[in-house]
Amino acid sequence: MILAALIMNTQGKPRITKFYDHVSVERQQEILRVVYSVLSSRSGNLCSFVEADDIFGPDTKLVYKHFATLYFVFVIDSAESELGILDLIQVFVETLDRCFKNVCELDIVYNFGKVHTILDEIVMGGQVVETSSAEVMKAVQDIWKLERVGELNPANIRGIGHYKNSRS
Amino acid sequence: MESWANVIMKKAFKHGSQNTIDQLKTIGRELSMGTQGNWLSSKEYLDLVKAIGEAKSKAEEESIVMAEIEHLKKRIMEPDVPRKKMKEYIIRLVYVEMLGHDASFGYIYAVKMTHDDNLLCKRSGYLATTLFLNEDHDLIILIVNTIQKDLKSDNYLVVCAALTAVCKLINEETIPAVLPQVVDLLGHPKEQVRKKAVMALHRFQQRSPSSMSHLLTKFRQILCDKDPSVMSAALCALFDLVSADVKGFKNLTASFVSILKQVAEHRLPRAYDYHRTPAPFIQIKLLKILALLGAGDKHASENMYSVLMDVIKRNEPGKGDPGSNITNAILYECICTITAIMANSKLLGLAAEITSRFLKSDSHNYKYMGIDALGRVIEINPDFAEEHQLSVIDCLEDQDDTLKRKTLDLLYKMTKSSNVEVIVDRMISYMRTLSDAHNKTEIATRIIELTERFAPSNQWFIQTMNQVFELAGDLVPVKVAHDLMRLLSKGAGEDDEEADSLLRSSAVESYLQLLAEPKLPSILLQVACWVLGEYGTVDGTHSADDIIGKLCDVAEAHPGDNVVKGYAITAITKICAFEIGAGREVELIPECRSFVDDLLASHSTDLQQRAYELQVFFGLGADLVRKVLPVNGSGEEIEFDRELPFLQEFVDSALANGARPYLDENERLGVDSGMSSFVSSSRSHHEPSHGLRFEAYETPTAAIPSGSAAAPSSLLPDFEESVTELTRSVRNQTDSSQVDLLGPEVARLRLDGVQRKWGRTSGSSQPSLAPTPASEQQRRDSGVSEGASSNKESSPAEPRHEIYSSSFEGKKVEREIPAEKQRLAASLFGGSSVQKGSSGGVKGGVKASKAAGNVRPGEKGVPPRPAAGSGKKKNWSAAEPKQASSSLMDLVDMSGDDSLPVHDAKASYDPFKELEGLLGVPSTAASSTSVGLGKSTMDFMSLYDSAPVVSQSASSLAGDSDVLSLSHRRSGGMDGANGVEGGLIDLNILPSLSPLAGLGELAQSSSSLSPSTGVSDKKGPSRQHSLQKDAASRQVGVTPTGANPALFQDLFG
Repeated sequence: MILAALIMNTQGKPRITKFYDHVSVERQQEILRVVYSVLSSRSGNLCSFVEADDIFGPDTKLVYKHFATLYFVFVIDSAESELGILDLIQVFVETLDRCFKNVCELDIVYNFGKVHTILDEIVMGGQVVETSSAEVMKAVQDIWKLERVGELNPANIRGIGHYKNSRS
Repeated sequence: MESWANVIMKKAFKHGSQNTIDQLKTIGRELSMGTQGNWLSSKEYLDLVKAIGEAKSKAEEESIVMAEIEHLKKRIMEPDVPRKKMKEYIIRLVYVEMLGHDASFGYIYAVKMTHDDNLLCKRSGYLATTLFLNEDHDLIILIVNTIQKDLKSDNYLVVCAALTAVCKLINEETIPAVLPQVVDLLGHPKEQVRKKAVMALHRFQQRSPSSMSHLLTKFRQILCDKDPSVMSAALCALFDLVSADVKGFKNLTASFVSILKQVAEHRLPRAYDYHRTPAPFIQIKLLKILALLGAGDKHASENMYSVLMDVIKRNEPGKGDPGSNITNAILYECICTITAIMANSKLLGLAAEITSRFLKSDSHNYKYMGIDALGRVIEINPDFAEEHQLSVIDCLEDQDDTLKRKTLDLLYKMTKSSNVEVIVDRMISYMRTLSDAHNKTEIATRIIELTERFAPSNQWFIQTMNQVFELAGDLVPVKVAHDLMRLLSKGAGEDDEEADSLLRSSAVESYLQLLAEPKLPSILLQVACWVLGEYGTVDGTHSADDIIGKLCDVAEAHPGDNVVKGYAITAITKICAFEIGAGREVELIPECRSFVDDLLASHSTDLQQRAYELQVFFGLGADLVRKVLPVNGSGEEIEFDRELPFLQEFVDSALANGARPYLDENERLGVDSGMSSFVSSSRSHHEPSHGLRFEAYETPTAAIPSGSAAAPSSLLPDFEESVTELTRSVRNQTDSSQVDLLGPEVARLRLDGVQRKWGRTSGSSQPSLAPTPASEQQRRDSGVSEGASSNKESSPAEPRHEIYSSSFEGKKVEREIPAEKQRLAASLFGGSSVQKGSSGGVKGGVKASKAAGNVRPGEKGVPPRPAAGSGKKKNWSAAEPKQASSSLMDLVDMSGDDSLPVHDAKASYDPFKELEGLLGVPSTAASSTSVGLGKSTMDFMSLYDSAPVVSQSASSLAGDSDVLSLSHRRSGGMDGANGVEGGLIDLNILPSLSPLAGLGELAQSSSSLSPSTGVSDKKGPSRQHSLQKDAASRQVGVTPTGANPALFQDLFG
């Protein structure tokens, strides 16, 4: 399962942290520190996996990708495929990019709720639920549409949310 | 995809060169983006983020955040905060908490917000609560109702939000509250909802398998859902279920195979493609499940052959093409599956081919996967490693730490005696580069394991160990140091004295060299001191003064380390003793003199005693000293006559002086065994307790005739002293006699004696200074011994046996390859081709024997002991304090007043019998001790407290003694592993005064058993728990408990 999804910038500031099992705030900070120190010590073109048994316990790995000023890190156990998760990060970033049109760190900072929504569509309870960026976009846009309508006129809420099953 | 990547790269260029602060300066542009979607973009929030981004120091950031928290605290508590504002506050709280500050004051507002009708607010509320709360938080209960309502909402987005929250927020207790709704949602028309419901159920299954057991078939049904994405969600759950219970899902093998076939054949809608690969994540999950189902099952495996071939064929890239990441992910998964199931040679060949491609790839990711795959493939076909030795060595020398570690893992798996030196060498040089304790410990453990298993020579073993000590220092378990000392003292095992002394001299030389270096870890210094003390002057190259000088330097350089000091002073003692024994005049060099003087005034009684012992030696004659501390005495085995005949005279004179005759332990009820006395007294509750006395027993100390040696209060130390005088060798004796008293196992005892000799020279040294006895005890009690301890337990010959067997193995093949790398490769992979069969066999054999070695003590819990044990104790116990036996007699007597018939007593015995071995900790029993009895035992306990050695040995006596055997017999072989001689029964029963006295014994025996077996035979906690409950309820029903002493006293007092 996926134990945590983290986004932090190259200075070690957390941007998004999501732990799928509860972790206390203090421990979260410690984890972020350790993960950052590990990642920042690795130069480019090394492999994207770091064994993390000293941080998360036996058989856990960090799978990470470095984009511009951000690290995208997924913490996984042995039930996930490392290369697969690498592509999942790709899907995640791709979706963010579609959503924010050229995503950058600031988008993630300011739209932290949106990013969480997207992540929730991809990973749920530590399991991968959706791997198609297009599907995630659709779902997320439904939510936002509804939210905006709800903002303007709460009475309209009923109308939205009954889309036809879009995929098949 | 391509264009997208370009965009990211451009961004990387744009932003990567600037730091965040610069970015924030372009806030105008970003603002327009931030406001997109009308989300979190209030001015205040932006200002906060901006301020934090611009903070120059951690302290400044801290103060900004603290101010923000204060601000939020004030604002959030205002009445009638508009909901939009509230939502923003909460998002800011989440942000603040992400930065590591406590936002708990706002949790309740987040919970409140989930009640909102507005979806935006509701979702923000859910988001915040899932981030803030854990599933056991008090506020969860406030949210369950909302979740229940939302799960029934007719808006599927609300349902989805609730399902997402459910995954994080629902704990075992609240599962039943939402389970029916979630199960209903499996029939929801929207596939998104069904998918998430499956995920939620999976989460429940993880949290609490028991509450889901009736729903297992549901997961099978979902597999047939018409929507593939729902089916794929079910695969996640099924993967977990299958790994928990493979057998139960064998019948699904064909379904999984056919699903995989359809997916691979591209039968799913295009929407499921990822980079033109059909639903790769589904394929990967299926392959993982198949690996579980096919493991060790020929039939199931055969069903998978064709589909695996197909999947590989479809994903295999063309020549020269590295393939996309995702196809390689599938291929790697195929290797895992092929190596896990009983694959045919064709598939294995394909797996090997893919592995080669990975290893040859330029990408570090693929290399990593390749090394991992290689580890899997060579488990089936060890030959295969040879082909790739150069790639492996490349990986080993790579600068990538992850890759290096993975490669070392691989090497660790393929270590044999022929390549152990090279591999351990590599590991040590890797260890040099490490700084964190975790990895160091791990690699040190591995090095030690490999060294102990495959060491080609003792010399090499010692050198390697020294390196490990030097690098890992105090991360190395003390046991390893003791093993090393034992190896030195025992020598090569055969009668090759010359080789032994060579080994020792070389050890002395190497330690003298080492000691010149500053900053050595404590453990290495201990070993060095021991070696110098034991063998420093033996071969005559170094004078006693030299060595003593070195030892003093060591002690001086580590003023804070009492253990090292203890080792040093004892080493000095030994060297002096050897000198005196050899008839030479010994004059302590001045620095040593002052060192000893220091110790004589030391705060540590242990060090003091050691120093005094040294002084005593100067007053003794050469003959006596030779006997007490013979040269090379550590290797000698000390026999113990458990009858202790030399004490006979002592006992006789004590009896003549009016001491009470020996009473068997069972009659001394609860006196001699510190902990068990406690337990037994609590047991006596169940006994018909009408005869209990409630006035305090006289304190035992008062009754000790001061002049009589028969009943000293500090029984054991005195006893040991006398033993000390009487036995031949002091140093082995003091510890090992104690061990002997504590531990029953003769064969191991000798070794213990050797090992612990340095742990403490005195039987009465404080427990804090004696880590070894503790670990010894633990090892004995728990029966868990690490890999090496099987060597240790049997005899030092065993490691060597392994060495021989493996070196024999090594002889078979030596390959010669030129080029430096190839030489390294050869040394690593040397024998693989020829050895494959045998190495597997030997390895397995060694493993098996190790496993057996490990299991044995565990099964037995308490090792069998010779019948003589009780005899010894009999003699020994004659020296028990009179008071102890008299109060014991009281306990027995009072049951004599009892009018209950014997069979009743038997019946009341029953529950204890059930309880034995199930009471995990003695203290649980102790806690239920009644006031009346507890008081008396408390006195004894306090006595023992003041003399820790007594209580220690006494409690272990209870563990090892005949008591055990008795109750063992009576309990109908419940602890069947404790084989004991039958003769002991008589010993225990005969002295009983009456059937009821026997009952007392029973109570004690069963109870005194519990601490020992409780530790050794761990049974399921639930059973233990229920039995305790049962016992407690019986107690309440039959006798008043300690919880109500007044009633108790009213009734009986």
